[in-house]
Amino acid sequence: MKDIFENEMKLEFISKSSNEAFARVTVAAFVAQLDPTIEELADIKTAVSEAVTNCIIHGYENKQGIVKIVGHLKENEVILEISDNGKGIENVDIAKEPLYTTKPNLERSGMGFTIMESFMDTLDVESIVGLGTKITMSKRIKPKIENEENEFQMITKD
Amino acid sequence: MESKFYEEDKLLVFKITDEIDDCSVQKIRRRADYEMERYMPKRVVFDFDSVTFMDSAGIGMIIGRYKFANIIGAKLEVSKLTQSVKKIFEMSGILKLIPVAHDIEQDARVF
Repeated sequence: MKDIFENEMKLEFISKSSNEAFARVTVAAFVAQLDPTIEELADIKTAVSEAVTNCIIHGYENKQGIVKIVGHLKENEVILEISDNGKGIENVDIAKEPLYTTKPNLERSGMGFTIMESFMDTLDVESIVGLGTKITMSKRIKPKIENEENEFQMITKD
Repeated sequence: MESKFYEEDKLLVFKITDEIDDCSVQKIRRRADYEMERYMPKRVVFDFDSVTFMDSAGIGMIIGRYKFANIIGAKLEVSKLTQSVKKIFEMSGILKLIPVAHDIEQDARVF
């Protein structure tokens, strides 16, 4: 009988923008277990980068706080929860609209949620003003098992 | 980021070599604005050939430089967009505003 592949990880770091690269590269290394394509991995990295930037710039408004990432892998799906204990979002529907930003003076494009939505399969935003925001997003990685078996056979024949 | 100014063409080329996110755009922005003001070019090109990662911070950064270029009377273009950079720019619609340059190598021997 084939076991269902499952894995989980947790990551916490302080809200410094220099940690954005650390967060997306770490998540990408974790997701690599599902053998994603370069494009799938780039999409996930971008979505993570947007989510973490939101926590740092909007959630904590550049004050110090903790950003948490919980990652699950289940069969061929990645589920990521990214949360902060920052100021929260008053109206999530408005915040998710393309080009909407509360900080245009900082050259923010207002595309963060739009990118997360279109680069991932699902996006869910839970937010309580004064307590923080948690986003949950998931993406299915297309399996490539057949190719792997072929490769293996070729190697053993040699 | 590397930059080069072609005096005869009044062309200023920025070749971005970092990953573009909220953290790195602060440096890119400062240096690009400083050099645009210093050289007063007629044409500014951002080269994305070596960009391995970009998120939405890149959109804000380019729009900001586009506005700054307008103020000093220069035209801003982007060039050598990688697949992922193109995907994000297309999503934001800024390519309707900012042209993609194809011919900077002909215009000047870039890098």
